[in-house]
Amino acid sequence: MSEQQFYHALKVDKDKCFGCVHCMNECPTDAIRIRDGVATIRKDWCIDCGECMKACPVDAIYVEQDDFDDIFNYKFRVAILPSVFIGQFSKQINVEEIIEVLHGLGFTHIIPAEATVDVINQAMLEAYDSEVEKPLITTFCPSIVRLIQIRFPGLVNNILPISPPIDSTATYYRKRLIDEGKNPDEIGIFYVTPCASKIATVKSPEGQDNSSVDGVINMDFLYNKVFHILNNRNKDIKDNDNYNLEFISPKALKWSLTEGESTNMKGRCLAIDEIHNVIKFLNKVENDEIINVDFLELRACDQSCAGGVLLSENRFLTVERMKKRAEHLEELQLVPNEISFDHQQFIKEKLTINSIKPRSMMGLDNDMATAIKKMERVRRIMCFLPGIDCGACGSPSCEGLARDIVLKDANLSNCVFMQRMMEKSKKLDPQHSIRIIEKTWGKDRLDKDCYKKGAKNEGI
Amino acid sequence: MDFNYEVEGGNFAKAGYAASNVKKVLKQLNVDPKVIKRVVVALYEGEVNVVAHAYKGNIRVDIDTERIIIEIKDEGPGIPDIDLAMQVGYSTASAMVREMGFGAGMGLPNMKRNADSLNISSTVGKGTVVELTTYLQK
Repeated sequence: MSEQQFYHALKVDKDKCFGCVHCMNECPTDAIRIRDGVATIRKDWCIDCGECMKACPVDAIYVEQDDFDDIFNYKFRVAILPSVFIGQFSKQINVEEIIEVLHGLGFTHIIPAEATVDVINQAMLEAYDSEVEKPLITTFCPSIVRLIQIRFPGLVNNILPISPPIDSTATYYRKRLIDEGKNPDEIGIFYVTPCASKIATVKSPEGQDNSSVDGVINMDFLYNKVFHILNNRNKDIKDNDNYNLEFISPKALKWSLTEGESTNMKGRCLAIDEIHNVIKFLNKVENDEIINVDFLELRACDQSCAGGVLLSENRFLTVERMKKRAEHLEELQLVPNEISFDHQQFIKEKLTINSIKPRSMMGLDNDMATAIKKMERVRRIMCFLPGIDCGACGSPSCEGLARDIVLKDANLSNCVFMQRMMEKSKKLDPQHSIRIIEKTWGKDRLDKDCYKKGAKNEGI
Repeated sequence: MDFNYEVEGGNFAKAGYAASNVKKVLKQLNVDPKVIKRVVVALYEGEVNVVAHAYKGNIRVDIDTERIIIEIKDEGPGIPDIDLAMQVGYSTASAMVREMGFGAGMGLPNMKRNADSLNISSTVGKGTVVELTTYLQK
């Protein structure tokens, strides 16, 4: 698994990317460099959190998805639908209508991604009672798992080796359809993803041998389709409390929100969302500055999945709507469809994932003596670099550039301030420094362009 | 390779700065995460001690492939009875410091537990020097 190339869903559209520093500055793992005028993502460093996509001013970073028509390669077309999808719709639209539209689009089965939450929660609680390193860290958010692997390798043993709902729901539902006598080759399971990291994990799941999902559909794509149809539908709104989405308890409905897990675990539990918050917190956990915490729910996005990069509606409204829907469910006192005992056992058996291995990307060299030499060089180079962290060199910070130089991925003359100093002492020809800048930012990048973003002819 | 950090007495918000920086360095040097953890925990305790008790301090970290030596030097009240200070639970921290969640009397014992050797010398009314050594090859 660790030898295998990691799948990443985030891609740079080289035609749209015009080369700026927004994504590079936001990337929490310093995975982005600007080369030849476009952002490039270092695959081993990327954790698919989507911060770059949120930061891009020209939508040049996108999430690769499967062709929607792929669903028609199957007779039984299952949509695994996270509850945040429905959470985006206002209360005027009831779940029934949304499901109806989704059926109309071609899905034969619509399954909440959180259908297996109650079984998972039970397994998590059982694991809590066994002798394990505390604080336990949930695998719910794949970006967090990857973050720990590359930046906090000392905490990999704290990761609770229980698969997140999406994986177990897909596995369980396939099994259920097969048990109903359906031909396995005719079952297609499609995950409607709220973010890049979930795609990356269903394509190359961490700690699992293969994926249980046949394809991935971006949530914004499907939301737009459904929203459009609902907007143009016959306006007589039916009053319908018939909640026909299967197997969902109020707990499961709120599982993907901040505190969705932490309020259902034992001991002292904390929920932290947003990747930079998580990094700061994990730093303290690693220093033993924070002790006596039993469970950590860590999510890469602000407001957890409601803040997923592929959601269309405002995340705070989505959270409010989901909480209201959960309250409503509670008032109705509907008993969620029970998963049969045999299937619960089946889900449980499949829940345990292999232990997560560290793959630190921070080391300057595998050999410590060489790494020390390299770090001494980084520190010497830092004596010269201005410490402005402007990113004009194509690296995220002066220190990042110094590291890139030592690792032979950049030169000192990439720094535009170093160029001035070198020109002043006649060590660099001004024409040459323009060529260096063009190597980073692309040819003719500095020519007058009145059509660029913010310029007078933008949009013409 | 040497690293130096200044520590400001009384500023708990900044306590942990040196520990976090040294951690970043050690990760880049590919040091075993278990060793990193011990070094960082000991250093953090040392930093907190300076912040809680002294006026100001200085930390010097010396790293080579064999060992990591940390020297924490402060200008402060000094420790009158080092043996007593090494006892688990013994603390001279003020009520205010305790209120902030520090001062449980675990600082020096924790440092000793996490380092391979610990040396303290102290002059009452002047300050304290703590030297921690951690060996990398076991």
